[in-house]
Amino acid sequence: MSEQQFPAAPNAPAPTQVGDPSTTLADGEWHRMHPLTPLFKGGLVLIIVAGVLIANMRDRIITWLVTLFTPEEVHYSDYAGRDPVDWVFENNLILLVLLGVLGLVVVLVLVFWMLWRFHQFRITGDHVEVRKGIVFRSHRRAPLDRVQGVNLTRPFPARIIGLAKLEVVGAGNDANVDLEYLATTRAESVRADILRLASGARAARHAALNPQAPTTGADAAAVPASTRAQLRGSVNEGVTSLIAGVDLADVAPESVVKIPTGRLIGSQLISGLLWLFFFGVIFAIALGSTIIGLVADGDTGGGVVLLGIGLAMGIPMVIAVVGITWAQISKSLRYSIAPTPDGVRITYGLLTTVTETLPPGRIFAVEVSQSLLWRPFGWWTIKINRMSGKSAAAQQSGNAQQFNVVLPVGKRADVERVLGLVLPDVPAASIPFLWEQGIVGPAEGDPFRRMPRRAGWRRPLSWKRHGYAIADFGLLLRRGFVWRKLAVFPLARLQGVSLSQGPIDRAQRVSGAQVHTAPGPITGYLSGLERADALALLGDVSRAAAEAASRDTSHRWSEHTGAAPSAPASPPAPAVPPPTYTNLPAPSGPPVALPAPPVTPPPAPPVAPPPAPPVAPPAPPTYAPPPVPPVAPPAPPVAPPGPPVAPSAPPVAPPAPPATNGE
Amino acid sequence: MTQNPETAPLNPAEGTDLDALDQGTYTRLRTARNEARLELDGTWHQISPRYVVSQIVQNVIFIVVVVVAAVVLNIFMEQDWVWIPAGAILLFTVIALIILPRQARAIGYMLRADDIVFRKGILWQRMIAVPYGRMQLVDITQGPLDRAFGISQLKMVTAAATTGVQIPGLTQAASEALRDTLIEVAETRRTGL
Repeated sequence: MSEQQFPAAPNAPAPTQVGDPSTTLADGEWHRMHPLTPLFKGGLVLIIVAGVLIANMRDRIITWLVTLFTPEEVHYSDYAGRDPVDWVFENNLILLVLLGVLGLVVVLVLVFWMLWRFHQFRITGDHVEVRKGIVFRSHRRAPLDRVQGVNLTRPFPARIIGLAKLEVVGAGNDANVDLEYLATTRAESVRADILRLASGARAARHAALNPQAPTTGADAAAVPASTRAQLRGSVNEGVTSLIAGVDLADVAPESVVKIPTGRLIGSQLISGLLWLFFFGVIFAIALGSTIIGLVADGDTGGGVVLLGIGLAMGIPMVIAVVGITWAQISKSLRYSIAPTPDGVRITYGLLTTVTETLPPGRIFAVEVSQSLLWRPFGWWTIKINRMSGKSAAAQQSGNAQQFNVVLPVGKRADVERVLGLVLPDVPAASIPFLWEQGIVGPAEGDPFRRMPRRAGWRRPLSWKRHGYAIADFGLLLRRGFVWRKLAVFPLARLQGVSLSQGPIDRAQRVSGAQVHTAPGPITGYLSGLERADALALLGDVSRAAAEAASRDTSHRWSEHTGAAPSAPASPPAPAVPPPTYTNLPAPSGPPVALPAPPVTPPPAPPVAPPPAPPVAPPAPPTYAPPPVPPVAPPAPPVAPPGPPVAPSAPPVAPPAPPATNGE
Repeated sequence: MTQNPETAPLNPAEGTDLDALDQGTYTRLRTARNEARLELDGTWHQISPRYVVSQIVQNVIFIVVVVVAAVVLNIFMEQDWVWIPAGAILLFTVIALIILPRQARAIGYMLRADDIVFRKGILWQRMIAVPYGRMQLVDITQGPLDRAFGISQLKMVTAAATTGVQIPGLTQAASEALRDTLIEVAETRRTGL
């Protein structure tokens, strides 16, 4: 397909000849990036250098022209000496130099062209692969069922031309696969394909291989005949979208949260105020100490010194505050969040637009928080921990931080909606509970296990809030009084729990606890828990986590949605929908099933050794879209009451009464 | 290895030969005497006493190297100040040597139904539970001296950067049995991440 779209390189032997321009790119063949890619990956620097050179040469050229036509009027040669250009002129090497320049340009273009030719990607049913490089070849292949998300970034300069960068996020350090750059429409269709294939819906694969796939109609229609027309088209689109906002073709779903621009700017300005205050304190200290020094010295002419220091420190600080605030605002503008079949889609950015797609089950922790200054307005923000797949250095940058914010600012209703999206396992009935008990603070009948009063000196303000609760969808940590926070760690993706106890802790019969999860802005540390509570945490969380993991199918999230006519029972994915949680009270009333003390009900003991019978006919097609139904509907999945339940549940020995550790 | 129905058992069918874990190890776990210490029901597997010997030898070699270096600097280059850093290093190494045998007796791990728990420390006690399904890889490392004493270190890596469980001083047979068991169990309980 790349060949049809870029006839500019006709002599490039096509890696494959695909007959129909309307095929998707996910056909298991090698494709190339957009031909302008090298320009944005370093070529831009070249143009800038050329620009500087030309600007410097302009005078020279004018002089030269003048000399050519009125030689008597100029006397430049009198004082021109050490300049290489003059040297060239004096030795009549103009032709040679011009040839050299031409040669250089040709070589560069050739190198670019080669780089482009050797930069290819391929999407097969199970992997996405990129290979590039001429001398140092690299070939990267990432399994699709480990995809942690797909980001479509449109950096400002590339956006004008209508190019986008697609980032397939993997788990681990430097595990991303970057497809840069593609025309935006193509990038969108590639993203849709990757997500569809990753979701495990095998039907999608057939659709992708089928040239008449309806999904790419827009793409096909948008492919103009010539490169030039295509370029012009994409530039037009780029500029239009710059003005009109993000109008990606496949963003059908409406954003569930509308953030008024005023609120967004206001919230960031308030945060900016905090910065201003912070810098102001530094400023005051510096100035104060100077004044003290001056007075002590008995210096009379200190006014100038003070003014100098004030300006020298004050101006950069003001600039810094304005810069920080503006960066925050421009990143958060045009925010939208919407559910798609392949996960939550978040879009933001004023100039550089980023569209992330987070498939279900790729979120390791969620935290709702509110700073003191936001409290009068009732504003909250939501952050997540996820696998960013970036190298450690890149994770520190501001851009990476932004990737962790799913709601820059919102009121309670917004928070509840976003929570429903990013935590699909939470039953809707539990959300008010989360709010009353968890986010806003302890109320009547608090199910959280809190820091005891005797340990309160560790958190003098927030000790009444400081604690944890285990729900069947996740571990909740409630912390902070001035900066109120509630963190939710989905159990299926919890990586471990540790306790630590020093001598002082031991004297007070308490212990610290740390929840381990993927790195991100949310830490899972609790201090001063009652010893029994801490030990219960260690015992119950692992058990609950193992159970949650056994019913978690999100690494192939739509394999069970009935779209799979012949789902090959891949071993790790239990083809049986969530095991029966019959003894869990269904979330019916407001006093949700949540507090149910950590007695995590053991799964119906699969006494029958799991011979993994080729699971009864493919998952019942009665299954509705929700990828991971949080609470098993009582009736359907239990249909074959016998062995089929077995393969997923760990063959646990008799389910013993939990939570009796240590006492 | 007593089988406490609540915590200990991995299903025997899942694990390989687990008897190797308890051969040639300490038999009594050393913990703080205070009743409020962290305590779990179940059997702790412990590490080999040879770990202490190996560590002592390594530390002694280190001390010798430091002393020699300091003496050389002092005598041949007439630098008296080297005794300050060298003294500090020696002091800390000697303290570490003194508490090492106690520390080694406090290291233990427990294989429970759903997770492996690792503990260490007496005064500052730490206990970490890692569910089997979350293990990304299990790593066995062995230095030259460790090899001479027939012990090795087992390291578990999960998706969280902070989990880092390292069990030092396992006998060769124990580390291999443990690794095989962990990988086998992890395979059956694996999720996406």
